[in-house]
Amino acid sequence: MTGIPQSLPSSFFHFFIFMDLQLNNITHAYGDMTVLDDIDLTVSGGEIICIVGPSGCGKSTLLRLMGGLERPDSGEVLLLGEPPKSSLNPLTYIFQDFALLPWRTVEGNISLALEDHPISKQESRKIIDDVLSRTHLSDFKKAWPRQLSGGMKQRVAIARALAVRPAVMLMDEPLSALDSQTRELLMDDLIDLWMRESFTAIYVTHNLQEAVRFGHRIVVLSRRPGRVREIVKIDKPLSERGADNEELDEVQHYLWRLMRDDARAADRELLNG
Amino acid sequence: MADNETNPVPFRGGGFSHKPSFTVWMMVFVMLILFWEFGSNIGFISNLVLPAPSEAFNAFLQLIDSGMLWKHLRASLQRLILGWTFGTLLGVGVGLLIGLFSNVRAGLSPLVSAIFAIPKIALLPLFIIWFGIGEGSKVATILFGTFFPTVIATYGGVDNVDRSLIRMGQSFGLSRLSIVRKIIIPGALPAILSGFRISASIGIILLVAAEMIGAEFGVGAYILLAGSLMATDQLIAGVSILSLMGLSMAWVIGKVENYFLKWRV
Repeated sequence: MTGIPQSLPSSFFHFFIFMDLQLNNITHAYGDMTVLDDIDLTVSGGEIICIVGPSGCGKSTLLRLMGGLERPDSGEVLLLGEPPKSSLNPLTYIFQDFALLPWRTVEGNISLALEDHPISKQESRKIIDDVLSRTHLSDFKKAWPRQLSGGMKQRVAIARALAVRPAVMLMDEPLSALDSQTRELLMDDLIDLWMRESFTAIYVTHNLQEAVRFGHRIVVLSRRPGRVREIVKIDKPLSERGADNEELDEVQHYLWRLMRDDARAADRELLNG
Repeated sequence: MADNETNPVPFRGGGFSHKPSFTVWMMVFVMLILFWEFGSNIGFISNLVLPAPSEAFNAFLQLIDSGMLWKHLRASLQRLILGWTFGTLLGVGVGLLIGLFSNVRAGLSPLVSAIFAIPKIALLPLFIIWFGIGEGSKVATILFGTFFPTVIATYGGVDNVDRSLIRMGQSFGLSRLSIVRKIIIPGALPAILSGFRISASIGIILLVAAEMIGAEFGVGAYILLAGSLMATDQLIAGVSILSLMGLSMAWVIGKVENYFLKWRV
């Protein structure tokens, strides 16, 4: 695994502050249907964890539990260490459907995340300009979401997430709504972002290629009820994971072999059955 | 089958979509008026059945000359604006409460549905007893009539706000008030504004109905008087004023929509 930086960034404009996230015996059910069964997982600072699994295995539910949008039936989600003062929103999501307010401009959407905090106008303008330039959106400050392509919308959502200086980024299939070229470009951007300043992320995806490209560890969940089937570690640094990499292809094939029977069975399952 | 024959692929698409055309609309309107005028002149349309448009227009000019137009219009607009403003304000308020709180919804929404179906004009005698024969009962009729459709439009709008946006707000730690103010209300605004369109027309209908009972001035009173005198030219003039009132209200609401919903296409 790539080296996890040990020192906590201290300057105000550092975006990511490390914190460990620990899941103990998480079990969750919707009615009679158990979706997650006894999940244990520890995410350490600066690390990217990808969660893959057949559809309906509870990947997204797990992510919602991690960020406190849902309560587990049993087990606990723990943040290790006091959330740093400079982090406005330690656990910050990036959603598959971008979740931008259509009645606010790019700028306004980012400012939404800042408005409930005691930040001066000037300061928040500074933060907005900074995150926009980091996501190459400076020219689109005044644009409406409807004027943007899917890729640009997701960049705005990433900028919004950066603005609150998260300790952990919770990404729920962030590239799944995009076409494959845009997906490729945005994946490069995400890797660039991590290279410039590493952050902690949990990345839920059904795309194994994305998982081997972006994850330091890949958690493979079994089909419903979701259990941790295996955790695959990739030691190759993110910077060396270009396209056409045999080693990564092998890992991807290995992951697919792990999931294949489950995926087939999940596909044949009746919904709400 | 001859294989050296070439034919263009027949076009089968197109149609089933509308292009707005102001010229066509104007032409139809002008033609209709001309036909009506012409028909009245040659006696094809009897004056007893329908007065010529020029006569109705003359009645309208007379109304302006006598200075009565402003008296009627002022009385009517005052009632309409008072009733509609308070009706919609209260309606939006109650609609938001029903949309946001389960207990309020459980308590009020069946009541709203039950009263919504009652023609408010049937309650006018009650309103007269409660609020007097003067302005009170007329304003109250319009207020009640516009209140209920606004409530229903508002909580329908709140129900239709994208849940994923609300979840996003929660995930960024927004306060409940911020979520209501910045996500739920703007999200429900398109539905609220189309509710305004409906309540504006309901307001005009109820205005006339209410003015037909015990009003000295008002467009409704003018129409009622014209009707009882069989002065059909004045009747047509009065009805045209109502139509113009409806058109201008729709125009104003259209402008408001353009301003507040400029983020839409």
